[in-house]
Amino acid sequence: MSVLVFTESLTGKIKKSALEAISYGYQVAQQQGTSCIALTIGQAEGADDLGKYGVDKVLQVSQVNGFDSQVYANIISQVAQQVGATLVVFSHSSSGKSIAGRVAVRLDAGLVSAATTLLNGDTVNKNLFSGKGIATYSISTAVKIVTISANTFPPKEVSGNSVAPEAASANIPTAKIRVKETTTVEGIVPLPEADLVVSAGRGMKGPENWGMVEDLAAILGATTACSRPVADIHWRPHHEHVGQTGVAIKPTLYIAIGISGAIQHLAGVNQSKTIVVINKDPEAPFFKAADYGIVGDLFDVVPKLTAAIKSFKANN
Amino acid sequence: MKILVCVSQTPDTTSKIQFANGNTELDKAGIQFIMNPYDEWYALVRALELKEANAGSTVTLLHVGAAANEPTIRKGLAIGADDAIRVDAEATSSYFVAKQIAANAQGFDVVFFGKETIDYNGSEVPAMVAELLDLPFVSYGSKMSTSGNVATIERDIEGGKETVEVDFPFVLSCAKGMAEQRIPNMQGIMMSKRKPVKVVPAVAVNNTVAIKTYSLPPVKAGVKMISPDNVEELVKLLHNEAKVL
Repeated sequence: MSVLVFTESLTGKIKKSALEAISYGYQVAQQQGTSCIALTIGQAEGADDLGKYGVDKVLQVSQVNGFDSQVYANIISQVAQQVGATLVVFSHSSSGKSIAGRVAVRLDAGLVSAATTLLNGDTVNKNLFSGKGIATYSISTAVKIVTISANTFPPKEVSGNSVAPEAASANIPTAKIRVKETTTVEGIVPLPEADLVVSAGRGMKGPENWGMVEDLAAILGATTACSRPVADIHWRPHHEHVGQTGVAIKPTLYIAIGISGAIQHLAGVNQSKTIVVINKDPEAPFFKAADYGIVGDLFDVVPKLTAAIKSFKANN
Repeated sequence: MKILVCVSQTPDTTSKIQFANGNTELDKAGIQFIMNPYDEWYALVRALELKEANAGSTVTLLHVGAAANEPTIRKGLAIGADDAIRVDAEATSSYFVAKQIAANAQGFDVVFFGKETIDYNGSEVPAMVAELLDLPFVSYGSKMSTSGNVATIERDIEGGKETVEVDFPFVLSCAKGMAEQRIPNMQGIMMSKRKPVKVVPAVAVNNTVAIKTYSLPPVKAGVKMISPDNVEELVKLLHNEAKVL
């Protein structure tokens, strides 16, 4: 018996969401009295440090280039069988979601995706209806698979042990998908992984006014986001769009500036831990979903807030 | 080209969610059901564009659900699909649905899905179907062009994009950007009534997961309003109370 964690990389580096998956796998392994094994595929910078997060073993299949869910699922299933995994953990990310269903079929394993609780026996919770409901699932198969909700299980350093990665033996099938180009924004935390998000909407009146949003994000170390109309009229890039049709996020702090809070927007952000809404319209529906609200002119409030956070940070 | 589009039915985004029967099922009273938006706006419309660019192609809808869901299928036909298959069964789990789709998806050149359903938000079925059919799977596609037997697809990844090439046949899940919503016109609605819907029985599946109970998320304490002239108060609250700074 063991817990196997698929520890994913993006552009060759192990992702924060992968460390969350390891912390999840470690905690379940502790409860079950089994070992926690990390598996990396392809280039995986940071694999040498995984011992800190409690893994007993790090297995690597490095001779894979480019993401193809069919190849990954095949390798992960082989390794899961070799190590006798009874639980396989994935991040609920673009790659984790693409692989987990395939592995579930290969291993005849029950899958619950975007889990929000630790697997307890055969029981695990997940959110439904964009956060408007919760389901408690039972998984009836011997091998179980979960993908874990982002920003829900913080990576925890639990050990001073260093675990040297070992090569796993697996047959590597030929990829049918040819990856031509992978481009990611450099130097910022991607939205699905961001702890702090500053988001703005049509109330900004034009793309030329975004400097103050970026200033606030910079002082917080936050990632910037935007509402759908703003992405649709190309004031901001498509990848910044949060909401039902854009990226669904779950940060600890979400600051919404000049966004009225349409239900489709809320569906993508209402699982944020703390929501701050700044809007000149006291009737904006977003206030009903907020923890803190300021009714005021954002062109006045946002620079003041940036200054106040700056002085707070200087004194703390 | 034979194109398959899998469509699901979900509660409308604005639905108030409540549970019934001792929290063991969704309370359907007052809920308006719609075609899952990602299936309708992106998967179905991009499939129709692909058909329009390739003379002699057909677009078939596949839905797993009871007869009561027929309006969702008719809407897809009104938007422009040629025919439909309905697997006559309640969708009890992702794996159940994936097995039904795989049993009816043989011989298609491409199988379209929306990126997820807006009820279970799981994104599980497309990957399962791809595995059951032993086909490549491109997820979260936001743009596609085709040339001969090759599709070039841009897909959304965390904080960026990836461009991939794949040969037909394959499974594709579609995100925003893949196409623009089409509203069915009167002619489409009239024609949809005469288009064939084949009803097939479900294949037997042993479910691997089950929902034991549903619950509602904790209610928020309510918004605390802060004066625009006292943003320092907000900083204090974020630090001391919310503990996010």
